Amino acid sequence: MRIIPTDAITDAVARLFRDANIRLPSDIRAAVDAAIESEPWDDARRTLKTIRENADIAESRGVPICQDTGMACVFIDIGIDAHIDGDVYAAVNDGVARGCAEGYLRASIVRDPLRRENTGDNTPAAVYIDLVPGDKIKITVAPKGFGSENMSRVKMLRPADGVAGLVDFVVSTVESAGGSACPPVVVGVGVGGSFDKAALLAKRALLRGLDEPNPDPYYARLERELLEKINALGIGPMGFGGATTALGVSILSMPTHIAGLPAAVNISCHVTRHLSEVL
Amino acid sequence: MTHAITLPMTKEAAATLRAGDAVSLSGVIYTARDAAHIRLCELLDAGKPLPIDINGAAIYYAGPTPPPPGFAAGSIGPTTSSRMDFAAPRLIRLGLMCMIGKGARSAEVTEAIRECGAVYLAATGGAGALLAARVVSAETVAFPELGAEAIRRLVVRDFPATVATDSLGGDIYAQGRENYLRERRK
Repeated sequence: MRIIPTDAITDAVARLFRDANIRLPSDIRAAVDAAIESEPWDDARRTLKTIRENADIAESRGVPICQDTGMACVFIDIGIDAHIDGDVYAAVNDGVARGCAEGYLRASIVRDPLRRENTGDNTPAAVYIDLVPGDKIKITVAPKGFGSENMSRVKMLRPADGVAGLVDFVVSTVESAGGSACPPVVVGVGVGGSFDKAALLAKRALLRGLDEPNPDPYYARLERELLEKINALGIGPMGFGGATTALGVSILSMPTHIAGLPAAVNISCHVTRHLSEVL
Repeated sequence: MTHAITLPMTKEAAATLRAGDAVSLSGVIYTARDAAHIRLCELLDAGKPLPIDINGAAIYYAGPTPPPPGFAAGSIGPTTSSRMDFAAPRLIRLGLMCMIGKGARSAEVTEAIRECGAVYLAATGGAGALLAARVVSAETVAFPELGAEAIRRLVVRDFPATVATDSLGGDIYAQGRENYLRERRK
Protein backbone atom coordinates (compact mmCIF):
# COMPACT_ATOMS: atom_id res chain seq x y z
CA MET A 1 0.00 0.00 0.00
CA ARG A 2 1.30 3.42 -1.00
CA ILE A 3 -0.18 6.56 0.52
CA ILE A 4 -0.84 9.49 -1.82
CA PRO A 5 -1.62 12.79 -0.08
CA THR A 6 -4.54 14.78 -1.54
CA ASP A 7 -2.23 17.84 -1.63
CA ALA A 8 -0.11 16.09 -4.26
CA ILE A 9 -3.22 15.57 -6.40
CA THR A 10 -4.27 19.23 -6.00
CA ASP A 11 -0.77 20.44 -6.91
CA ALA A 12 -0.64 18.19 -9.99
CA VAL A 13 -4.09 19.18 -11.25
CA ALA A 14 -3.33 22.91 -10.84
CA ARG A 15 -0.02 22.52 -12.68
CA LEU A 16 -1.53 20.39 -15.46
CA PHE A 17 -4.36 22.83 -16.22
CA ARG A 18 -2.01 25.82 -16.26
CA ASP A 19 0.46 24.11 -18.56
CA ALA A 20 -2.11 22.42 -20.83
CA ASN A 21 -3.74 25.77 -21.57
CA ILE A 22 -0.50 27.56 -22.38
CA ARG A 23 1.48 24.98 -24.36
CA LEU A 24 -0.01 23.16 -27.35
CA PRO A 25 0.69 19.39 -27.11
CA SER A 26 3.56 18.25 -29.35
CA ASP A 27 1.32 15.91 -31.40
CA ILE A 28 -1.08 18.74 -32.30
CA ARG A 29 1.77 21.11 -33.07
CA ALA A 30 3.37 18.50 -35.34
CA ALA A 31 0.04 17.95 -37.10
CA VAL A 32 -0.39 21.71 -37.71
CA ASP A 33 3.20 21.90 -39.04
CA ALA A 34 2.54 18.95 -41.38
CA ALA A 35 -0.71 20.57 -42.58
CA ILE A 36 1.13 23.81 -43.41
CA GLU A 37 3.43 21.74 -45.64
CA SER A 38 0.67 19.75 -47.35
CA GLU A 39 -2.11 22.36 -47.68
CA PRO A 40 -2.40 23.37 -51.36
CA TRP A 41 -4.80 26.34 -50.86
CA ASP A 42 -3.03 29.66 -50.15
CA ASP A 43 -5.70 31.21 -47.90
CA ALA A 44 -5.91 27.99 -45.89
CA ARG A 45 -2.16 27.86 -45.44
CA ARG A 46 -2.20 31.44 -44.16
CA THR A 47 -4.81 30.53 -41.56
CA LEU A 48 -2.76 27.52 -40.46
CA LYS A 49 0.28 29.77 -40.06
CA THR A 50 -1.79 32.14 -37.90
CA ILE A 51 -2.74 29.16 -35.74
CA ARG A 52 0.92 28.21 -35.33
CA GLU A 53 1.96 31.80 -34.63
CA ASN A 54 -0.75 32.02 -31.98
CA ALA A 55 0.59 28.90 -30.25
CA ASP A 56 4.09 30.43 -30.29
CA ILE A 57 2.83 33.70 -28.79
CA ALA A 58 0.89 31.85 -26.07
CA GLU A 59 3.92 29.82 -25.07
CA SER A 60 6.41 32.69 -25.09
CA ARG A 61 4.09 35.07 -23.17
CA GLY A 62 2.73 32.38 -20.86
CA VAL A 63 -0.91 33.18 -21.73
CA PRO A 64 -3.70 30.77 -22.71
CA ILE A 65 -3.66 29.61 -26.35
CA CYS A 66 -7.42 30.13 -26.55
CA GLN A 67 -9.76 32.19 -24.38
CA ASP A 68 -11.97 29.13 -23.98
CA THR A 69 -9.79 27.45 -21.40
CA GLY A 70 -12.42 24.77 -21.35
CA MET A 71 -14.49 22.59 -19.14
CA ALA A 72 -12.09 20.78 -16.82
CA CYS A 73 -12.24 17.12 -17.87
CA VAL A 74 -10.08 14.97 -15.59
CA PHE A 75 -9.35 11.27 -16.07
CA ILE A 76 -7.71 9.49 -13.15
CA ASP A 77 -6.36 5.95 -13.17
CA ILE A 78 -5.95 4.89 -9.56
CA GLY A 79 -3.76 1.88 -8.81
CA ILE A 80 -5.57 -0.51 -6.46
CA ASP A 81 -2.53 -0.53 -4.17
CA ALA A 82 -2.55 3.27 -3.80
CA HIS A 83 -4.38 4.87 -0.88
CA ILE A 84 -5.54 8.48 -1.14
CA ASP A 85 -5.69 10.12 2.28
CA GLY A 86 -8.88 12.13 1.70
CA ASP A 87 -11.53 13.24 -0.78
CA VAL A 88 -10.14 12.81 -4.29
CA TYR A 89 -12.95 14.86 -5.91
CA ALA A 90 -12.38 17.80 -3.54
CA ALA A 91 -8.63 17.57 -4.21
CA VAL A 92 -9.21 17.72 -7.97
CA ASN A 93 -11.60 20.67 -7.69
CA ASP A 94 -9.15 22.55 -5.46
CA GLY A 95 -6.53 22.01 -8.17
CA VAL A 96 -8.87 23.20 -10.93
CA ALA A 97 -9.69 26.39 -8.98
CA ARG A 98 -6.04 27.07 -8.21
CA GLY A 99 -4.97 26.41 -11.81
CA CYS A 100 -7.69 28.79 -12.99
CA ALA A 101 -6.50 31.59 -10.68
CA GLU A 102 -2.75 31.09 -11.09
CA GLY A 103 -2.91 30.56 -14.85
CA TYR A 104 -5.32 33.46 -15.49
CA LEU A 105 -7.70 30.99 -17.08
CA ARG A 106 -11.32 31.85 -17.83
CA ALA A 107 -14.08 30.84 -15.44
CA SER A 108 -16.42 29.15 -17.92
CA ILE A 109 -18.65 26.99 -15.73
CA VAL A 110 -22.19 27.79 -14.56
CA ARG A 111 -23.47 26.07 -11.42
CA ASP A 112 -26.76 25.04 -12.98
CA PRO A 113 -27.50 24.61 -16.70
CA LEU A 114 -30.77 26.56 -16.55
CA ARG A 115 -30.14 29.10 -13.80
CA ARG A 116 -26.64 29.82 -15.13
CA GLU A 117 -24.71 31.45 -12.31
CA ASN A 118 -20.95 31.34 -12.97
CA THR A 119 -19.02 29.48 -10.26
CA GLY A 120 -16.12 31.89 -10.75
CA ASP A 121 -13.29 29.35 -10.58
CA ASN A 122 -14.06 26.84 -13.35
CA THR A 123 -15.18 24.17 -10.89
CA PRO A 124 -16.59 21.61 -10.66
CA ALA A 125 -14.54 19.38 -12.94
CA ALA A 126 -15.95 16.42 -14.89
CA VAL A 127 -14.03 13.61 -13.19
CA TYR A 128 -13.72 10.02 -14.44
CA ILE A 129 -12.03 7.50 -12.19
CA ASP A 130 -10.82 4.04 -13.19
CA LEU A 131 -9.19 1.40 -11.03
CA VAL A 132 -6.04 -0.13 -12.49
CA PRO A 133 -3.31 -2.49 -11.23
CA GLY A 134 -0.35 -1.02 -9.33
CA ASP A 135 0.24 1.61 -6.65
CA LYS A 136 0.46 4.76 -8.78
CA ILE A 137 -2.01 7.39 -9.86
CA LYS A 138 -2.12 8.75 -13.40
CA ILE A 139 -3.91 12.06 -13.86
CA THR A 140 -4.83 13.25 -17.36
CA VAL A 141 -6.42 16.64 -17.88
CA ALA A 142 -8.24 17.67 -21.05
CA PRO A 143 -9.60 21.23 -20.98
CA LYS A 144 -12.48 21.03 -23.47
CA GLY A 145 -13.67 24.03 -25.44
CA PHE A 146 -17.38 24.24 -26.13
CA GLY A 147 -17.40 25.72 -29.63
CA SER A 148 -16.51 22.23 -30.81
CA GLU A 149 -18.31 20.38 -27.98
CA ASN A 150 -21.58 21.96 -29.19
CA MET A 151 -21.08 20.38 -32.63
CA SER A 152 -20.74 16.83 -31.21
CA ARG A 153 -23.41 14.16 -31.61
CA VAL A 154 -24.59 10.75 -30.41
CA LYS A 155 -26.63 8.47 -32.67
CA MET A 156 -28.05 5.02 -32.12
CA LEU A 157 -27.31 3.39 -35.49
CA ARG A 158 -28.83 0.04 -36.48
CA PRO A 159 -26.57 -3.02 -36.77
CA ALA A 160 -27.51 -3.14 -40.48
CA ASP A 161 -26.08 0.39 -40.93
CA GLY A 162 -22.65 -1.14 -40.36
CA VAL A 163 -19.38 0.59 -41.07
CA ALA A 164 -20.89 2.56 -43.98
CA GLY A 165 -23.49 4.01 -41.58
CA LEU A 166 -20.78 4.96 -39.12
CA VAL A 167 -18.65 6.64 -41.80
CA ASP A 168 -21.65 8.61 -43.05
CA PHE A 169 -22.55 9.71 -39.50
CA VAL A 170 -19.01 10.86 -38.70
CA VAL A 171 -18.48 12.72 -41.98
CA SER A 172 -21.90 14.42 -41.87
CA THR A 173 -21.31 15.52 -38.27
CA VAL A 174 -18.03 17.21 -39.25
CA GLU A 175 -19.71 18.74 -42.30
CA SER A 176 -22.55 20.24 -40.30
CA ALA A 177 -20.05 21.65 -37.77
CA GLY A 178 -18.54 23.65 -40.66
CA GLY A 179 -16.50 26.65 -39.57
CA SER A 180 -18.10 26.85 -36.11
CA ALA A 181 -16.00 24.14 -34.43
CA CYS A 182 -12.66 25.88 -35.19
CA PRO A 183 -11.35 23.55 -37.90
CA PRO A 184 -8.94 21.93 -38.48
CA VAL A 185 -10.62 19.70 -35.93
CA VAL A 186 -9.65 16.53 -34.16
CA VAL A 187 -12.43 13.96 -34.35
CA GLY A 188 -13.01 11.55 -31.47
CA VAL A 189 -15.26 8.61 -32.36
CA GLY A 190 -16.82 6.17 -29.90
CA VAL A 191 -18.53 3.09 -31.28
CA GLY A 192 -20.27 0.31 -29.37
CA GLY A 193 -21.19 0.05 -25.70
CA SER A 194 -24.41 1.82 -24.73
CA PHE A 195 -25.81 5.34 -25.26
CA ASP A 196 -23.66 6.77 -22.46
CA LYS A 197 -20.56 4.63 -23.06
CA ALA A 198 -20.34 5.65 -26.73
CA ALA A 199 -20.12 9.32 -25.75
CA LEU A 200 -17.45 8.66 -23.14
CA LEU A 201 -15.44 6.56 -25.62
CA ALA A 202 -15.54 9.46 -28.08
CA LYS A 203 -14.21 11.84 -25.43
CA ARG A 204 -11.50 9.40 -24.34
CA ALA A 205 -10.49 8.89 -27.97
CA LEU A 206 -9.40 12.55 -27.99
CA LEU A 207 -6.79 11.78 -25.31
CA ARG A 208 -4.77 9.61 -27.68
CA GLY A 209 -1.88 11.49 -29.29
CA LEU A 210 -2.25 11.99 -33.04
CA ASP A 211 1.25 10.53 -33.35
CA GLU A 212 0.17 7.25 -31.72
CA PRO A 213 -1.36 4.82 -34.21
CA ASN A 214 -4.50 2.87 -33.32
CA PRO A 215 -3.22 -0.53 -32.09
CA ASP A 216 -6.02 -2.35 -33.98
CA PRO A 217 -5.17 -2.39 -37.74
CA TYR A 218 -8.90 -2.54 -38.64
CA TYR A 219 -9.59 0.72 -36.79
CA ALA A 220 -6.30 2.28 -37.90
CA ARG A 221 -7.46 1.77 -41.49
CA LEU A 222 -10.92 3.14 -40.72
CA GLU A 223 -9.36 6.24 -39.13
CA ARG A 224 -7.35 6.87 -42.31
CA GLU A 225 -10.44 6.41 -44.47
CA LEU A 226 -12.46 8.83 -42.33
CA LEU A 227 -9.68 11.44 -42.34
CA GLU A 228 -9.49 11.25 -46.13
CA LYS A 229 -13.27 11.63 -46.53
CA ILE A 230 -13.42 14.52 -44.04
CA ASN A 231 -10.60 16.37 -45.74
CA ALA A 232 -12.29 15.89 -49.13
CA LEU A 233 -15.21 18.02 -47.81
CA GLY A 234 -13.21 21.17 -48.60
CA ILE A 235 -14.34 23.03 -45.44
CA GLY A 236 -10.75 23.94 -44.61
CA PRO A 237 -9.19 25.88 -41.71
CA MET A 238 -11.85 28.06 -40.02
CA GLY A 239 -14.32 27.01 -42.73
CA PHE A 240 -12.88 29.32 -45.40
CA GLY A 241 -12.15 26.43 -47.79
CA GLY A 242 -9.13 24.15 -48.11
CA ALA A 243 -7.79 20.64 -47.75
CA THR A 244 -7.22 20.69 -43.98
CA THR A 245 -10.58 20.21 -42.29
CA ALA A 246 -9.32 17.69 -39.72
CA LEU A 247 -5.89 17.02 -38.23
CA GLY A 248 -6.77 13.50 -37.14
CA VAL A 249 -9.45 10.92 -36.33
CA SER A 250 -9.26 8.68 -33.29
CA ILE A 251 -11.64 5.77 -32.66
CA LEU A 252 -12.34 3.78 -29.51
CA SER A 253 -14.68 0.79 -29.56
CA MET A 254 -16.18 -1.65 -27.08
CA PRO A 255 -18.58 -4.60 -27.10
CA THR A 256 -22.24 -3.79 -27.63
CA HIS A 257 -25.73 -5.36 -27.71
CA ILE A 258 -26.98 -7.52 -30.60
CA ALA A 259 -29.70 -4.93 -31.28
CA GLY A 260 -27.52 -1.88 -31.37
CA LEU A 261 -24.68 0.11 -32.91
CA PRO A 262 -24.28 3.19 -30.70
CA ALA A 263 -21.99 5.83 -32.16
CA ALA A 264 -20.72 9.16 -30.87
CA VAL A 265 -18.62 11.89 -32.43
CA ASN A 266 -16.86 14.29 -30.10
CA ILE A 267 -15.45 17.14 -32.13
CA SER A 268 -12.46 19.01 -30.79
CA CYS A 269 -10.84 22.14 -32.17
CA HIS A 270 -7.26 22.73 -33.34
CA VAL A 271 -6.46 23.57 -29.71
CA THR A 272 -7.00 19.98 -28.53
CA ARG A 273 -5.32 19.92 -25.14
CA HIS A 274 -4.33 16.88 -23.11
CA LEU A 275 -1.60 16.49 -20.52
CA SER A 276 -0.77 13.72 -18.03
CA GLU A 277 1.26 13.23 -14.89
CA VAL A 278 1.95 10.09 -12.87
CA LEU A 279 2.10 10.30 -9.06
CA MET B 1 -5.12 43.25 -50.17
CA THR B 2 -6.06 44.21 -46.63
CA HIS B 3 -8.67 46.92 -45.98
CA ALA B 4 -7.51 49.12 -43.10
CA ILE B 5 -10.73 50.19 -41.36
CA THR B 6 -11.09 52.82 -38.68
CA LEU B 7 -14.13 52.18 -36.51
CA PRO B 8 -16.94 53.06 -36.24
CA MET B 9 -17.78 51.20 -39.46
CA THR B 10 -19.68 53.37 -41.90
CA LYS B 11 -22.10 52.11 -44.55
CA GLU B 12 -19.73 53.45 -47.16
CA ALA B 13 -16.81 51.45 -45.74
CA ALA B 14 -18.94 48.31 -45.33
CA ALA B 15 -20.06 48.58 -48.96
CA THR B 16 -16.46 48.25 -50.19
CA LEU B 17 -15.96 44.90 -48.42
CA ARG B 18 -16.50 41.50 -50.07
CA ALA B 19 -16.64 38.07 -48.50
CA GLY B 20 -13.11 36.70 -48.19
CA ASP B 21 -11.40 40.11 -48.03
CA ALA B 22 -8.87 40.67 -45.25
CA VAL B 23 -9.52 43.61 -42.94
CA SER B 24 -7.52 45.27 -40.20
CA LEU B 25 -9.63 47.10 -37.61
CA SER B 26 -8.64 50.00 -35.40
CA GLY B 27 -10.94 51.73 -32.93
CA VAL B 28 -13.66 50.74 -30.47
CA ILE B 29 -15.38 47.35 -30.35
CA TYR B 30 -17.66 45.95 -27.64
CA THR B 31 -17.50 42.35 -26.45
CA ALA B 32 -20.84 40.63 -25.92
CA ARG B 33 -21.72 36.93 -25.99
CA ASP B 34 -24.57 34.65 -24.91
CA ALA B 35 -25.58 36.07 -21.52
CA ALA B 36 -25.09 39.72 -22.57
CA HIS B 37 -27.28 39.21 -25.65
CA ILE B 38 -30.05 37.76 -23.48
CA ARG B 39 -29.77 40.84 -21.22
CA LEU B 40 -29.80 43.25 -24.18
CA CYS B 41 -32.99 41.65 -25.51
CA GLU B 42 -34.61 41.80 -22.06
CA LEU B 43 -33.85 45.53 -21.88
CA LEU B 44 -35.32 46.09 -25.34
CA ASP B 45 -38.42 44.04 -24.43
CA ALA B 46 -38.88 46.20 -21.34
CA GLY B 47 -38.50 49.38 -23.42
CA LYS B 48 -35.37 50.35 -21.47
CA PRO B 49 -32.21 51.95 -22.89
CA LEU B 50 -29.23 49.76 -23.79
CA PRO B 51 -25.99 50.22 -21.83
CA ILE B 52 -24.06 50.91 -25.05
CA ASP B 53 -24.86 53.04 -28.09
CA ILE B 54 -25.73 50.35 -30.60
CA ASN B 55 -26.04 52.76 -33.53
CA GLY B 56 -22.92 52.28 -35.66
CA ALA B 57 -21.38 49.90 -33.12
CA ALA B 58 -19.13 46.89 -33.63
CA ILE B 59 -19.81 43.86 -31.42
CA TYR B 60 -17.22 41.14 -30.89
CA TYR B 61 -18.62 37.77 -29.82
CA ALA B 62 -15.94 37.04 -27.25
CA GLY B 63 -15.33 36.38 -23.58
CA PRO B 64 -11.67 36.93 -22.69
CA THR B 65 -9.51 35.28 -20.06
CA PRO B 66 -8.53 37.60 -17.18
CA PRO B 67 -5.53 39.78 -18.10
CA PRO B 68 -2.30 38.87 -16.30
CA PRO B 69 -0.57 41.86 -14.64
CA GLY B 70 0.86 44.18 -17.29
CA PHE B 71 -1.49 42.98 -20.05
CA ALA B 72 -4.40 45.02 -21.46
CA ALA B 73 -6.35 41.85 -22.18
CA GLY B 74 -6.11 38.12 -21.67
CA SER B 75 -6.66 35.70 -24.55
CA ILE B 76 -9.53 36.96 -26.65
CA GLY B 77 -10.53 34.93 -29.68
CA PRO B 78 -14.04 34.76 -31.17
CA THR B 79 -16.82 32.45 -30.02
CA THR B 80 -19.39 30.77 -32.29
CA SER B 81 -21.59 33.52 -33.75
CA SER B 82 -24.67 31.41 -34.55
CA ARG B 83 -25.58 31.34 -30.85
CA MET B 84 -26.20 35.09 -31.10
CA ASP B 85 -28.37 34.77 -34.24
CA PHE B 86 -31.51 35.02 -32.08
CA ALA B 87 -30.64 38.63 -31.22
CA ALA B 88 -28.53 39.87 -34.14
CA PRO B 89 -31.28 40.87 -36.64
CA ARG B 90 -32.94 43.04 -33.99
CA LEU B 91 -29.65 44.74 -33.08
CA ILE B 92 -28.68 45.23 -36.75
CA ARG B 93 -32.00 46.98 -37.37
CA LEU B 94 -31.18 49.27 -34.42
CA GLY B 95 -27.95 50.29 -36.15
CA LEU B 96 -25.38 47.60 -35.26
CA MET B 97 -22.97 47.86 -38.21
CA CYS B 98 -20.31 45.26 -37.56
CA MET B 99 -20.20 41.85 -35.90
CA ILE B 100 -17.03 39.84 -35.31
CA GLY B 101 -17.12 36.12 -34.49
CA LYS B 102 -16.67 32.75 -36.14
CA GLY B 103 -18.84 30.37 -38.14
CA ALA B 104 -21.81 30.73 -40.48
CA ARG B 105 -24.90 32.85 -39.71
CA SER B 106 -28.60 32.18 -40.23
CA ALA B 107 -30.57 33.34 -43.27
CA GLU B 108 -32.33 35.89 -41.01
CA VAL B 109 -29.02 37.46 -39.98
CA THR B 110 -27.79 37.57 -43.58
CA GLU B 111 -31.05 39.24 -44.65
CA ALA B 112 -30.71 41.91 -41.92
CA ILE B 113 -27.08 42.53 -42.95
CA ARG B 114 -28.19 43.08 -46.58
CA GLU B 115 -31.13 45.22 -45.64
CA CYS B 116 -29.06 47.55 -43.43
CA GLY B 117 -25.71 47.47 -45.26
CA ALA B 118 -23.90 45.98 -42.25
CA VAL B 119 -21.05 43.47 -42.25
CA TYR B 120 -20.09 40.28 -40.39
CA LEU B 121 -16.39 39.55 -39.93
CA ALA B 122 -14.66 36.36 -38.82
CA ALA B 123 -11.59 36.39 -36.61
CA THR B 124 -9.37 33.30 -36.38
CA GLY B 125 -10.96 31.00 -33.83
CA GLY B 126 -8.57 29.75 -31.20
CA ALA B 127 -6.06 32.51 -31.89
CA GLY B 128 -6.80 34.21 -28.56
CA ALA B 129 -3.19 34.97 -27.63
CA LEU B 130 -2.40 36.55 -31.00
CA LEU B 131 -5.56 38.69 -31.00
CA ALA B 132 -4.95 39.84 -27.40
CA ALA B 133 -1.77 41.53 -28.59
CA ARG B 134 -3.95 43.82 -30.78
CA VAL B 135 -6.01 45.06 -27.82
CA VAL B 136 -4.81 48.45 -26.56
CA SER B 137 -7.26 48.78 -23.67
CA ALA B 138 -10.25 46.97 -22.18
CA GLU B 139 -12.82 48.32 -19.76
CA THR B 140 -16.00 46.67 -18.45
CA VAL B 141 -18.95 48.91 -19.29
CA ALA B 142 -22.02 46.73 -18.55
CA PHE B 143 -23.13 43.64 -16.64
CA PRO B 144 -19.91 43.22 -14.58
CA GLU B 145 -21.64 40.43 -12.64
CA LEU B 146 -21.42 38.28 -15.79
CA GLY B 147 -17.62 37.95 -15.43
CA ALA B 148 -16.14 36.81 -18.75
CA GLU B 149 -19.54 37.50 -20.34
CA ALA B 150 -19.68 41.17 -19.29
CA ILE B 151 -19.75 43.82 -22.01
CA ARG B 152 -16.27 45.29 -22.41
CA ARG B 153 -15.25 48.32 -24.40
CA LEU B 154 -12.07 47.45 -26.25
CA VAL B 155 -9.80 49.76 -28.13
CA VAL B 156 -8.03 47.68 -30.77
CA ARG B 157 -5.24 48.46 -33.19
CA ASP B 158 -4.70 46.48 -36.43
CA PHE B 159 -7.08 43.74 -35.33
CA PRO B 160 -7.07 41.15 -38.17
CA ALA B 161 -10.28 39.59 -39.51
CA THR B 162 -11.83 38.22 -42.69
CA VAL B 163 -15.08 39.43 -44.23
CA ALA B 164 -17.52 36.54 -43.67
CA THR B 165 -20.89 38.03 -44.72
CA ASP B 166 -20.72 41.18 -46.84
CA SER B 167 -23.40 43.83 -47.32
CA LEU B 168 -24.63 42.10 -50.51
CA GLY B 169 -25.09 38.80 -48.65
CA GLY B 170 -21.90 37.17 -49.98
CA ASP B 171 -20.80 34.40 -47.58
CA ILE B 172 -17.25 33.11 -47.18
CA TYR B 173 -18.48 29.86 -45.60
CA ALA B 174 -20.29 28.94 -48.83
CA GLN B 175 -17.97 30.61 -51.34
CA GLY B 176 -14.60 29.63 -49.87
CA ARG B 177 -15.44 25.96 -49.89
CA GLU B 178 -16.97 26.12 -53.39
CA ASN B 179 -13.93 27.94 -54.78
CA TYR B 180 -11.53 25.44 -53.28
CA LEU B 181 -13.50 22.40 -54.50
CA ARG B 182 -13.91 23.89 -58.00
CA GLU B 183 -10.18 24.55 -58.24
CA ARG B 184 -9.34 21.06 -56.98
CA ARG B 185 -11.50 19.40 -59.65
CA LYS B 186 -9.60 21.19 -62.44
